[in-house]
Amino acid sequence: MPNPTKLIVDCSTGVTTEVELTDAEVAQREADAAAYAAEEAAKEAAAAAKATAKASGGAKLAALGLTAEEISAL
Amino acid sequence: MANTFTLIEAKTLGTTTASVTFSSIPATYTDLCLFISARDNDGGATGAFSTFEFNGSIAPSGRYIFGNGSAVSTNTVHKAPLENGGGSTANTFSNSSTYIPNYANTSYNKSYSVDGVVETNGTEAYQLLVAGLIATTSAITSIKVTPGTGSFVQYSTFYLYGIKNS
Repeated sequence: MPNPTKLIVDCSTGVTTEVELTDAEVAQREADAAAYAAEEAAKEAAAAAKATAKASGGAKLAALGLTAEEISAL
Repeated sequence: MANTFTLIEAKTLGTTTASVTFSSIPATYTDLCLFISARDNDGGATGAFSTFEFNGSIAPSGRYIFGNGSAVSTNTVHKAPLENGGGSTANTFSNSSTYIPNYANTSYNKSYSVDGVVETNGTEAYQLLVAGLIATTSAITSIKVTPGTGSFVQYSTFYLYGIKNS
């Protein structure tokens, strides 16, 4: 199976060249994709943790007698 | 004040492509503007953050603010436009502009801005603003755009304009 291709547009000539990625470029691309996926997963985990903490904090405030309006105004 | 836009090159992809590079960009303009409408083939995502590389090896730095209508985040990770993901509504593509003023200057670093969206004609949409920095005193002669994940799909478009201030 051939490697993916990249497109290079030479602005001085208008010539567009389609070039097959080298094996090193494919390896780099796979490493970049893995790093990107890990980064996105970390961000999603952080967002989920923040949402959980917010819900927990809201529940504790409600247990103290604050109304929903008072909690959202904080 | 920039008042003339000249199309340097336009490219509509005819097939799935790993990256798009504009090379040998002439230094005859004052500013550059790159319009991208793109989609990747990663079926697991609604959208992703593309990446830029300048002059063959320079990864920019930057700050971004990102929102989806109900939450907003800001960080330093992303420096390039969003692309629609293969998991978004079929046939929907992103929309973005990247503006690089004084790209041919050889005395100081270059700043740029990105203004872009992923709109899915569905229940999700995302907005992104980037303040970017290209740390080189060389003129910008090439711009490489790589999708955040997967490859750009057919019909993704890339338009590079030169802008003169007179």
